[in-house]
Amino acid sequence: MNLLRELWRSVAEFLRTFGAMALFFVDLLRYSPSTLFKRFNLVVYQVFNAGALSIVIIMVCGLFVGGVLGLQAFANLERFNAEEATGILAGFALVKEIGPVITALLFAGRAGTALASEIGLMKATDQLSAMEMMAVNPMHRVLVPRFLGGIISMPLLTAVFTMVGLLGAHLVAVEMQGVDVGAYWQQLQQTMDLDDVYEGITKSIVFGVVASLLAVWEGYNAVPTAEGVGRATTRTVVGTAIAVLILDFMITAYLL
Amino acid sequence: MGPSGSGKTTLLRLITRQLDPDRGRVLVDGVDIATLNQSELYQLRRRFGMLFQNGALLTDMNVFENVAFPLREHTGLGDRLIRLVVLSKLHSVGLRGAADLMPSELSGGMARRVALARAIVMDPDILIYDEPFVGLDPISMGVVVRLVRRMNDTLGISSIVVSHDIKEIAAVADRSHLISDGRVVASGSPEDLNKDSSEMVRQFMHGIADGPVAFHYDAPDYEEQLLGRDNE
Repeated sequence: MNLLRELWRSVAEFLRTFGAMALFFVDLLRYSPSTLFKRFNLVVYQVFNAGALSIVIIMVCGLFVGGVLGLQAFANLERFNAEEATGILAGFALVKEIGPVITALLFAGRAGTALASEIGLMKATDQLSAMEMMAVNPMHRVLVPRFLGGIISMPLLTAVFTMVGLLGAHLVAVEMQGVDVGAYWQQLQQTMDLDDVYEGITKSIVFGVVASLLAVWEGYNAVPTAEGVGRATTRTVVGTAIAVLILDFMITAYLL
Repeated sequence: MGPSGSGKTTLLRLITRQLDPDRGRVLVDGVDIATLNQSELYQLRRRFGMLFQNGALLTDMNVFENVAFPLREHTGLGDRLIRLVVLSKLHSVGLRGAADLMPSELSGGMARRVALARAIVMDPDILIYDEPFVGLDPISMGVVVRLVRRMNDTLGISSIVVSHDIKEIAAVADRSHLISDGRVVASGSPEDLNKDSSEMVRQFMHGIADGPVAFHYDAPDYEEQLLGRDNE
């Protein structure tokens, strides 16, 4: 009986959190248009903050992930004398799956934690209350710009990651393993449709929304202590990783 | 005034509706603030200036921008006018020279003075201080005490100061209320309170260790607990 009650309580707790987050999400969306128009420079600053500052790790990771894909694709396709298809395999993997997913995971680690801890600390040091008292809604001034900045950054970062990844695969396959450069790119070009690219873009937008929402939510609801802010950043990364991987499966299953 | 945990800060948060009351009404200037919607509440809050305990300066902008923040948010003033207003407010707290510093470069007392400049930049009617004297060295303390009094007199505003520093309150307050356990237990000028004979007031005003606010936190009987009999 006790076990059941415990179970019920955690289910209820989960639903309550989920509902609160949904309301929070609606609030963010509701304020988004006005923020975008009236506080455009804040949004731009956050795109810089979340996006531009993440570019280096995105590019480094993209290069090596692309390279490893090139290696694996080549080594395995060679067995079927199909090494010309290296470009296809690496390209599809990057554009449809690995690009959006790894970018989202890196984003959670680099930008998501920064957002969550920044907002959490602003709360812990009364900065959000101070804004409230100055009749400035923190929603407009703090939360929505960061949320939008994350959403705008994610597809851009994904594009950068994918491009650098393709370059990495090219370097490995063409320059190191000697695949014909014409075959590498032409096969990729012939096989890939715009729909495949759209799939990647769709995913990156969805992941952008989820990662930004979770970061802002965790920061805003952090317990305003050092420990609480630390826990909020951890939850941001873990939550985003789980959500992104589950959603990736669902989107893929739906679109295929 | 009141001992820690007596409800002082809660009262401030109720007055400014950072908290909603469970029961009863909060009247500010004759208006029940629970009935206000968000934009009306924000209108009302513009008439407040509030000084938070640690200053609560926005850490991503410098001192000048912090003080300019309410002006930029609420007025259409041009940059030159904002500069004039901000510099004059900073001058009045003695920190015109610190305009370019970031909040992290300020000492505790300076941060509080900047926050004070920010609180008065919109020319509020009511200025609220949450524990303005906590954790300051004697010099900063003297500066802040003088500023609190001077702001009140020169700007012609009402000030509400929450504190447990009796000496400092005596220096700035016209009227003081002693709160304990969420209730006002005594009111009057600081001298009146000093002379008050009720046990609670005497304990607080004279810093007596034991009394209505007990020295011991609620615990089972000492001997019983040591002998391990309290579980039986």
